[in-house]
Amino acid sequence: MSTQIPQETETETETDVEQESSQARRVSAERTRAGMDQRAEDELSDADETVELKVFRYDPEVEGKKEPRFDSFEVPFTKGMTVLDALIFARDHFDSSLTFRHSCRQAICGSDALFVNGSQRLGCKTQMADLEWPVRVEPLPHAEVVKDLVVDMEHFYDQMESVEPYFQTEELPSGELDEQRQDRANREEIKMSTRCIWCGACMSSCNVAAGDNEYLGPAAINKAYRFAMDDREGEDMTEHRLNIIEQEHGVWRCQTQFSCTEVCPKDIPLTEHIQELKREAVKSNLKFW
Amino acid sequence: MSQSYDRGLIEDFGRWREFSAGMWAWVLHKFTGWVLVGYLFTHIAVLSTATVDGGTYTATLQGLEQVLVVRFLEVGLLAVAVFHILNGIRLLFVDLGVGLGSQDVAFYVALVLTAAITVASIPTFLGGF
Repeated sequence: MSTQIPQETETETETDVEQESSQARRVSAERTRAGMDQRAEDELSDADETVELKVFRYDPEVEGKKEPRFDSFEVPFTKGMTVLDALIFARDHFDSSLTFRHSCRQAICGSDALFVNGSQRLGCKTQMADLEWPVRVEPLPHAEVVKDLVVDMEHFYDQMESVEPYFQTEELPSGELDEQRQDRANREEIKMSTRCIWCGACMSSCNVAAGDNEYLGPAAINKAYRFAMDDREGEDMTEHRLNIIEQEHGVWRCQTQFSCTEVCPKDIPLTEHIQELKREAVKSNLKFW
Repeated sequence: MSQSYDRGLIEDFGRWREFSAGMWAWVLHKFTGWVLVGYLFTHIAVLSTATVDGGTYTATLQGLEQVLVVRFLEVGLLAVAVFHILNGIRLLFVDLGVGLGSQDVAFYVALVLTAAITVASIPTFLGGF
């Protein structure tokens, strides 16, 4: 909602400015800036209710932001407002340097996993109305902060990659145009695990992953589950997958604290999947049958 | 507008207020587990007095029972053992993949049962002092 607000007037001033000197441009920029503050004030006084956001700020490259701190933003509350909406309002009206990742705003891209009021949540899926005010927004814990609310996801992606998160099989159908069909029951079994959006909330919430950098983490194990349980991959491939997840830093590191299951924005029963893979690993090693 | 802040706090036990049921179950299970391991040493020490002769063993136990602190410790030991057993059963179900949706309820049940059994045991342990 709030992203469009400064747009209209800015394009107007910009076309005016184009022929003028750089000094005039600066003056105009200041005027837009003042207009921005004015608009923010207007919207705040128009609002029936305002909510305070306490946002984590840090930027190692900017002199005044090297020391981590919290900034407060007063944001007009509207019905249906999400944490992401509030952040966008704060960025567009108060501080354009406020940095956070977001893209689809409908809980599919997995960009805006944040630490909101002490819990990992998706900014776009969390209603301001459901939270305790003032709302505290921080970057995901157990990850390196790049700037403000942006964390380095590289390690998380490495762990995801290490379980070979793609369909692979040696048992191809005979006919060239034959499809690799999956039966309904099998599809049901892996249904929830396919819903992962790689947001990293689970990995951030996991106490074990925080202490052991080599631990695959809930998301990667869930990904392994999605393919290990897929009947179409065949027995050899399943064994290969179980070999990956039953390593020292694989499934056995899970201590069933249920933190990941608790925070998953897509309601994937992560702990259940990890436990099931533990049982599969034991079964494939014992082979009494 | 801003206040200084130490992000180190996020990583440690200082956030215990935000722990969920599963996390508390894990913390308490570890804690009770270590207490039981510690108890094992004193248990063996006391039992080994029986290797001298029956009289020494009886004298040791009677001597211990006369110390009020030991009586209280026994109540504590029972609480620790009962919780560890009950949560152990919960974990057994978790490992079997049974009823993972109600693992938090199972934890609360374990806590309530532990409290009830502990309270009920107080007359036995502290009575006749």
